[in-house]
Amino acid sequence: MDSVSNLTGAQKDELMDTVKQQIAVANAQELLTKMTEKCFKKCISKPGTSLDSSEQKCIAMCMDRYMDSWNLISRAYSMRIQRERSLN
Amino acid sequence: MTDFDSFPTEGFKGGDKELQEFLMVEKQKAQFNAQIHEFNDFCWEKCVDKPSNKLDSRTETCLTNCVDRFIDVSLLITNRFSQLLQKSGGM
Repeated sequence: MDSVSNLTGAQKDELMDTVKQQIAVANAQELLTKMTEKCFKKCISKPGTSLDSSEQKCIAMCMDRYMDSWNLISRAYSMRIQRERSLN
Repeated sequence: MTDFDSFPTEGFKGGDKELQEFLMVEKQKAQFNAQIHEFNDFCWEKCVDKPSNKLDSRTETCLTNCVDRFIDVSLLITNRFSQLLQKSGGM
């Protein structure tokens, strides 16, 4: 780990960018996996020979709602954290 | 999912201060995000019926309450569990 302390400023910036990017990718992958699982469950009651248009519409709506829900929960969670902090 | 707990914030002891700080902040953000994924996973199951054009206000309230009540339950269980441990002489 010694080499980490000998990084130039530019190398450090690059390292930080890489870390940020990898976290963003992991986050997106998690969202994608969860969304696929949840929306498949909600929209495809009986898998047919193809995705019909109503199923496709349902999937599109489900994706949008899943992200709405994600944002709402993110807000609720950070508000709760703030409340707990002001109590202690 | 990605194991954020094994995120190497400890590995840089004596290393770069700025990097250490950066990793700590990123780790916290990642843990926050992971927690939201988890909340969204089971609150979605509890609160959302058929997906429609928008989340109605009942669903929104349910989602918000779901997060708060889950944290309440978690705190309650943690406290009661530690009381039980104390009563039984600890571990």
